[in-house]
Order: sequence, then C-alpha cells, then structure tokens
Amino acid sequence: MTASDQSAISAKNLVRRFGTFTAVNDVSFRVEKGEIFGFLGPNGSGKTTVIKMLTGLLPLTSGTATVQGIDVHDDPEGVRENIGYMSQNFSLYTDLTVTENLTFYGRIYGLSPERLRQRLDEIVQLNGLGPYLNRLAAQLSGGWKQRLALGCAMLHEPKLIFLDEPTAGIDPVARRQLWDLLFELSAHGITFFVTTHYMDEAERCSHVAYIYFGKVIADGTPDALRELPEVNPPGTYRVEISAPHVTSALRVARTVPGVRSATIFGQSIHAQIDDHLDLDHLRAQLTHHNLVVAEIRPLAPSLEDVFVELTYRHQTAQETTTQEPARA
Amino acid sequence: MLNPFRGFGAVFYKETLHVRRDFATLFFSLIIPILQMFLLGFGIDTNIRQINTVVYNADGRRESRDLLDRLRNSDTFHIYRYVNNDKDLNDAIISGKCRVGIKIPVDYSDKLLHQMSAQVLVLIDGSDSSVAGQAINVTTAIGLDESLRRVLSSSDAAFAVDMRPKILFNPDSRSPNFFLPGLTAVLLLNVTTFLTAFSIVREKERGTLEQLFVTPVRPMGLLLGKLLPYLVIGFFELSMIVIAMRFIFSVPIHGSVILLAFLSLPYIFVSLSLGILISSKATSQAHAMQLAFLTILPSIFFSGYIFPRETMPKFFYIISYFVPASYFINITRGIILRGAGWTHLWTDALALFLMGSLLLVIAARRFHDKVITT
Repeated sequence: MTASDQSAISAKNLVRRFGTFTAVNDVSFRVEKGEIFGFLGPNGSGKTTVIKMLTGLLPLTSGTATVQGIDVHDDPEGVRENIGYMSQNFSLYTDLTVTENLTFYGRIYGLSPERLRQRLDEIVQLNGLGPYLNRLAAQLSGGWKQRLALGCAMLHEPKLIFLDEPTAGIDPVARRQLWDLLFELSAHGITFFVTTHYMDEAERCSHVAYIYFGKVIADGTPDALRELPEVNPPGTYRVEISAPHVTSALRVARTVPGVRSATIFGQSIHAQIDDHLDLDHLRAQLTHHNLVVAEIRPLAPSLEDVFVELTYRHQTAQETTTQEPARA
Repeated sequence: MLNPFRGFGAVFYKETLHVRRDFATLFFSLIIPILQMFLLGFGIDTNIRQINTVVYNADGRRESRDLLDRLRNSDTFHIYRYVNNDKDLNDAIISGKCRVGIKIPVDYSDKLLHQMSAQVLVLIDGSDSSVAGQAINVTTAIGLDESLRRVLSSSDAAFAVDMRPKILFNPDSRSPNFFLPGLTAVLLLNVTTFLTAFSIVREKERGTLEQLFVTPVRPMGLLLGKLLPYLVIGFFELSMIVIAMRFIFSVPIHGSVILLAFLSLPYIFVSLSLGILISSKATSQAHAMQLAFLTILPSIFFSGYIFPRETMPKFFYIISYFVPASYFINITRGIILRGAGWTHLWTDALALFLMGSLLLVIAARRFHDKVITT
C-alpha cells in the first residue's frame, strides 16, 4: 500500500486558472479515511472549484489529486464511480416520488435489481424515509429533502461523500439530525467532505481546512488550530467577559492598556489580552466606569477566532508583498 | 469498461416518468398541433373566389346583363351592390366593401350591335396583390373570350391554338392538400425541439444536471436517454397528423406511408438536435422558449410552407437551404401529393441526416464545455 492509498483524498499543489484569474492557488491537503473533513471559506473563495476538481468535472491547471487512491486526471470516471455527491440545493427530481428518485440513482450506478432493493431497504431504515416512500419529492420539507438527497448520494455505497453546504436553509432540528447521521456513518468508515458556513458545524468536524481567495490558510484538527502560535501569540491569552451591557463594556475594554483586541460574542466579550494584565485589574477598570461585570474567565480561542486571526494575518502579509515592488 | 452509453437506461426510465407525471404538458403539446391543423385545414383557402364587386351598369340592356352573368358565373366575382353613379362606385372600393368595381358605359350595347369596340371599365383595389392579379386575369380572359366568340361566330373558323392545361397531383387545387403536408413539418418541431429543450433546461434550473455530471453517466447515455422518449412522442404525433389528414381532411396519400415514416426519422433527429443546441445555450425555460420560437419562424416562412421558395429573393432562397423544414416539406409533399419514392427523395433525407449530425456534435460539445466550466 502506498501512502496515497491510505488517504481518502490527497491533493498536491492544485492550481486552477480561469483566464488570468486564479481561482485555486497552490492548494494541498490530505483527508484520511473515516474523517469528517470540514472545508470552510467565504463565498467565492474557491470551495466549489476545489470540489469540481476533485470530482473530475474541472481539469486541473496543474497539480495532482487522488481520490480514493484514483488519480483524478487519469480516471475521472473511476473517481465518480467511487464517490457520492450532494449539492447544496439537494438536486432532486421534485416530480418523482422518493422511491423513484432513489431507483433512478441506483440505476445510474448500475446496481442490479436485487442489490437495489436491498440498498433501498437499508437507506430507508437509516434515514427514516419509510412513511414518505410514495410521496413526491416536491412535497417533502427541507429536512426530508436533504435526507433523500443524502440517500441518493450513498445508494451505491461510496466510501467518500462530498456534501456541498448540506445544511443551508434547513431547520435546526434537521441540522442536528443530519450531523448525528454523519457521525454514525463516519463510525462505519465513510469519509465526508463537507463545506459549510456554520462555525458550530466546523467545530464538529474531525479535520478542518480554511480556504481564503484560492489559498488554504489553515489546515488541521480543530484543537490543533486553536493552539496555533499565530492565534495565541506568546505573552497573550484570551478571556471571556460577561457583562449585562456588552456594548458599553466593549467600548471601555478597548481602552484598557494591555487589551489587544475585543469583540462581542453573544452576551459576552471575547478579548485577547497581554499576560501581564491582571484579571482583577481589568475588572477594576471596567467597574470604575460604573459597569457591572458578572464574570471574567480565561477562554480557549474558538474556530471563528482562529479564522479571523489567520485571515487578518494573511491580508496584511499580502498587502506588504504587493506593496513592496511599488516601493522599490 | 468505458461504456459510452452508460446511464442510458436509467435516464430513459426517469424521463418517461417525467412525461407521465406531467401529462398536461404532453396532452397540450399533442392537441395544439391538431387544433392548428383544424384551423388551417378548414379555415384557409388560398383559391380566390367570390370577390366582392360593385357594379355601375349605365347601359342596363341585355348585352350588359349577359356580361355581368358571365362574370358572376366565373365564381371569381360576387356582385355585392349595384350603384348609379361614379362616386358611389369609387366609394365602395375606398371603403373596402368591394375590391373590384365594374362600369358598363351607357353605349355598350349600341357599340356591340354596330360591330364597334365596346369598352368596360374595371377598377381593381391593388392592396392585396393576389386578389388584384386574379381579378385582372379573369376579367381579361372573359373579355377575350367574348370577343373571340363574336368574331368566330361570323366567320365559322376554329380556335387556332387550343391550350389544354392539366393540373397534376392536386387537380381541384384544394388548399388542405397543399397546406397540411407542409404543416406536418412545422408541427413536429413543436413536440421535438420544444420538449427536448425544456426537459434539459429544466434540469439545469433544478441543478440536477450538475448532480448527474458527478455520477458515472456518460454524455451520450444522458442525451440519448433524454431524446428517445421524445422521439417516440414525435412519431406518435406524426401518425396522428397523418391519420387526421387522410381521414378528416380527405387528403389522398399517393405514396408509401412506410417511406414517410422512415424519412421522418432524420427530420425528427434534426429537430431533437436543435432542441439540445437550444438547451445548451438557454439558462431558463423562458429563454429556451424564445430561442425555440426563433427556429419556428424560418421553418414557416423560408421553407416553402407558405411562400414558394423559388420566388424568394436570392438571399432568402439560399437561407432556405439551411432550414431543415425545407427538405422535410419536399418529402411530405412528395410522398403525399406526388407519390414520390426513395429515388426522388433520398437527397433530402441525406441533407437532413448530415444537418442533424452536425448540430448534435456542436450541441454536445457546447453542452460539455458549458456545464462543466460554469
């Protein structure tokens, strides 16, 4: 077994240009089997382009990629045979029933009639679609549509499934249920490649990467990312300040010497402060301005903090590199 | 291992489900052509008969009444009104109530009796050229005929040249015989081009096309799976039209129906390819609708369906060679009216087949590029 055989996805130096525009710029990452890989990034940052490259829909300008051990460039058909894909609008035939949708995809993948019947039973069992089999897909609610779409994507038992924004626009209960299902399937060794905008979903992934304007600027487990030195500069730590009047507290907190940055997070403030700034001193400063402070406690950075920090650093780094030639 | 038609069966299965479920669309796309057929079959008569005519008979004696009877019996003129002065004669034409005005002068009978040349004024409204042409031809012919008879009756000689025209293939000049075989070509477009274009564009709109491209379906399997149901529907439509034509409109079919069915295949093929080409360009069903109408217009006006191709200006005549319906109308009229066979029509079939292949290749390529890179 070679190294690439062991990874579900191995992307090396992927580049994709459209004319003069570089949509994907030297992207490399690996996804191991059984991982739930969260692929994050703002709209237009190249997420969908990377998925299209990995599924063989878009030729690579340069670089190499293997998916399930199959080279994307050499055998795109082979790749498509071995993956499942669920697009963000669920792409169902709304004028067909649940059974008909599933049957269609089963036939596309060439399942024999007996195998198809068997898989239909298994999928229905797993997804709980039983009561809706003869209903038109158009009549299903968002959550059920998404389960049906997932069922269609995994009918042929792929070991790797791409989910492009699987939870966009569905209710929180259905969102929670989908993630429960993903964990269950992942425990059976299925790898998931998930794009999402939700930070709480990113936290649930076993491996995340963040793409920003065609470049991957973060890649690792959520815990590893939280401990990155760029995110936790030496001599600083993060605290959470709970206060009833967060906006006024924020205004004051930003003026306290030793507070490097502060943002509102729900009913509290997340701040990055210097080591030498004593928590009691900070509390004293805030109460001095007639503010009630409920609690101040140390806090590990959230993934959002991580991405914000890395994006900021990436931007400043780019500004300096683009400005340098001008100065010279 | 690499089957170029991979997924054909699955797509065909799905497409027939769509058609069955959307029965209303199917019903209307089949019934509207039949309605059009009834409109054209019963409603349009290109033979010009019974033109409204106003008469100012200043003479009023037997010779003048004989002349009016001859005009009336020609079936071309219908005497709508008699007037008593020039002004009323003019007004009847200007108001549009009559297209032809005839003035018989007061000395008509006198001149004839004295073997002199009698003049009759025929005023013709030129705003409709075919009506005007017919009126000129018939009145001139009646005048000539009348003169000849008067000359010949006194000298006992025979006609020197006796022209005997004989119309082949549609001896009664029935309009349905001329229109309906041509209409077949236009109506088939409705089902084939429109339905295929819609079925593919609908998948684009829903995003299912993108989904399909991530599965092992091959483009050929996908396209053929989508085309075949509509080919069957197109064929069904063709049989309906031919049956209605034969038994409702009594258009005799002089050639082989089997050959007609066979030669319709390349035409349906062209129309389907056009549908795919449209769907590769169109982004929404409304857009597809507009583009599809763009193909209908040349099929009506430049195909010889209404206006003969031979009388078109050079530029449009050349264009008509690129309109598939031109060839198919020659095939339908050839088989149905002229009893033409394979030897007369194979070039038309070949032209259609080549056109269809070319369109399909262009469409498949555009399709591939479009879907994948956007």
